[in-house]
Amino acid sequence: MTRFEYHKPHTIKEAIGLMESLENAKFIAGGTDVMVLIKRKKIAPAHLISLRNINDFSSIDIGDGLQIGGGVTHSDIVANEFIQKRYSALTDAAGKVGSRQIRNVATVSGNICNAAPSADTACPLLVLDADVKIAGPKGERQIPLDDFFLGAGRVDLGPGEVVTGFHLPPFGLNTGSAYIKHTRRQAMDLPMVGIAVRVTIRIGGSEIGCKDAFCTIDSISNILRRLEDEELRCEDVRIAMGVVAPRPVRTRKAEAALRGKVISEALFEEIAEIAAAEAQPRDSIRGEAWYRREMVKVLTKRAILISVDRVLRPDDMI
Amino acid sequence: MKREITFKLNNEERKVEVDPGWTLLYVLREVLELTGTKEGCGYGECGACTVIIDGRSVNSCLYPILEAEGRAVTTIEGLRAASGELHPLQRAFVNEGAVQCGFCTAGMIMSAKALIDENEKPTEDDIKDNIAGNLCRCTGYVQIIDAIKTAAGGGRT
Repeated sequence: MTRFEYHKPHTIKEAIGLMESLENAKFIAGGTDVMVLIKRKKIAPAHLISLRNINDFSSIDIGDGLQIGGGVTHSDIVANEFIQKRYSALTDAAGKVGSRQIRNVATVSGNICNAAPSADTACPLLVLDADVKIAGPKGERQIPLDDFFLGAGRVDLGPGEVVTGFHLPPFGLNTGSAYIKHTRRQAMDLPMVGIAVRVTIRIGGSEIGCKDAFCTIDSISNILRRLEDEELRCEDVRIAMGVVAPRPVRTRKAEAALRGKVISEALFEEIAEIAAAEAQPRDSIRGEAWYRREMVKVLTKRAILISVDRVLRPDDMI
Repeated sequence: MKREITFKLNNEERKVEVDPGWTLLYVLREVLELTGTKEGCGYGECGACTVIIDGRSVNSCLYPILEAEGRAVTTIEGLRAASGELHPLQRAFVNEGAVQCGFCTAGMIMSAKALIDENEKPTEDDIKDNIAGNLCRCTGYVQIIDAIKTAAGGGRT
């Protein structure tokens, strides 16, 4: 193995201080990317500054939305029932990253800081309006995740800066979200396309949704048709796409076309067409551009339907 | 510069002199000579090096040794009872014919143990999800899944 010194600070301040004072140093969290890069001799840091032993770094706090600590692993996310109910898209994504062994150590912060176009947790965090919390030699700052990504593998982190976590706003019971990862094989693969959606539905005076027995078994398409007279309106929506651009991107035209409208499956099809037109996929070993674009269309509609379903039939999510 | 660290290995306190650049896998195999844990790919793809750290399955090939300090590590060698009797999972793997070349076996069993410890009655999907990061190139998984079901008390006996 390559030789490096290994540092285990207990506070963020200490970690930033080490990063400032040491030559050729790199932060390491779960290490599932950093250790691979070192072993493959892509990088050769003289010092690794571990973020695993920072006090109170792995907490998930509810209140004023959701606070996710910088040391929170994908498994921590999957195990959290509140996230599963209120921020479902994030659970969908975290549970599909790598293997159980990887999810047990790999952090969400690490997934975001790598800024791969295929990063699974990026699209859900984008649609859930996440802010990135950053600490550095000049103090702390907080910026929208959308501004944090600069390009493939590039993020808005200055020298000595480190991501200390994420803040997500609260969402009501009329909000549902979903992430679909499209892969060639079910496990241990990067997405060919990843689509995340968050939909907030405007609910009038009476409670919407269906209470009869058909609800539990019927398809969401049929339920939407039955609820046509209720004129359910899309209050707000976010749609984000992975692997169709150098960085995970929101499809703002598609979002604008859905916002404020009465929802129907036909409308979702139009929205999906717009999203596909906005996508700029490339040919790669995981899939050809035309196929990826086609799948953006299919998966955008599907992800909207799942999100709506999670609002209308919340029990099915648990 | 070598450093001395202490961690719990298979329920025993161990003191080891290590280089900060070593992985847990290297220390297990080359320093402590516990060769039950295998190195397959070395990049966290195959799961042959799976061990359990503080109750969670981990790829030891990507685990910096200094992070093991103060933690509890369990390897395949730690499963057998003091009497020499095999762990129910090991017994089930033998009975169900879940071992062919054996290279993935230690990692498979450690993944399965982490699962059964947190979920006594895993479904077939739970099992598949938990061993998705453990590659087997000979038996084709059916016997492995059967063995884990048996050991968890949920399948044939």
